[in-house]
Amino acid sequence: MTASGGTVTPSGGRPTELRVYRRPVSTWWWTRRRSYFVFVMRELSSIFVAWFVVYLMLFVYAVGRGEAAYQSFLDWASSPWVTLLNVVALGFVLLHMVTWFNLTPQAMAVRVAGRRVPAWQIVVQQYVGLAVVSGFVFWLVTR
Amino acid sequence: MTRRRVEPIVWLMFSGGGVLAAVLLPSLAFLFGLAFPLGWLDPPDHAHLLAVVGHPLTVVVLLGVFLLLLVHSAHRFRYTLYDGLQVKKKRTVAVICYGAAIVGSVAALTVLWVAAQAS
Repeated sequence: MTASGGTVTPSGGRPTELRVYRRPVSTWWWTRRRSYFVFVMRELSSIFVAWFVVYLMLFVYAVGRGEAAYQSFLDWASSPWVTLLNVVALGFVLLHMVTWFNLTPQAMAVRVAGRRVPAWQIVVQQYVGLAVVSGFVFWLVTR
Repeated sequence: MTRRRVEPIVWLMFSGGGVLAAVLLPSLAFLFGLAFPLGWLDPPDHAHLLAVVGHPLTVVVLLGVFLLLLVHSAHRFRYTLYDGLQVKKKRTVAVICYGAAIVGSVAALTVLWVAAQAS
């Protein structure tokens, strides 16, 4: 007999189907507690990451098509709905960033000279990485 | 079994995409999504952007970045549907999520290639 069900054979009897009762989980289980809610919001950041990939692809496409296409992309991107979407999406990306940085020390143990690096140092170093990469991006696109 | 060989690779790409989404995406999203269109910062001129986009190194890096971000997103959204929203059609969900990531990556390759030819 297993927890996932299957068949059982009672002594001397014919095999019968074993049905295990599974308590149904509500679709909205994660609204009941703050930590569950943050968890699902964090997971939903995936949609907005995909949105920015699509957005950046449209941007590259417009740049490739010429100066006029680039201008009209910027006009489209400054319209209220796109701006609102980008603000919300950036919020989700930042939620991903913070939660990802906080989880990293739990996902991997970094050792230097035989000693485990404290969690806070790993978190701080990731923010340093973020600053360096952001600085490079800024320099590359604006110089 | 192919499943065992593929699973760790997907998790690895999920992690790679997660790092990029945390370290690289915020600045890209802020600059190109808000600061330039809304005029908080002067948008870079077209010739400079075309030169950056047309550089072979940019093409390779951006393709890798887009691919990893899409796999990250697809993998995470798959489990959001399973566990978060209790959608239990496992095979359909997986096919749609990874299928979208593959389609998106092919689109990324096409877009980057066309833009590089234009420069």
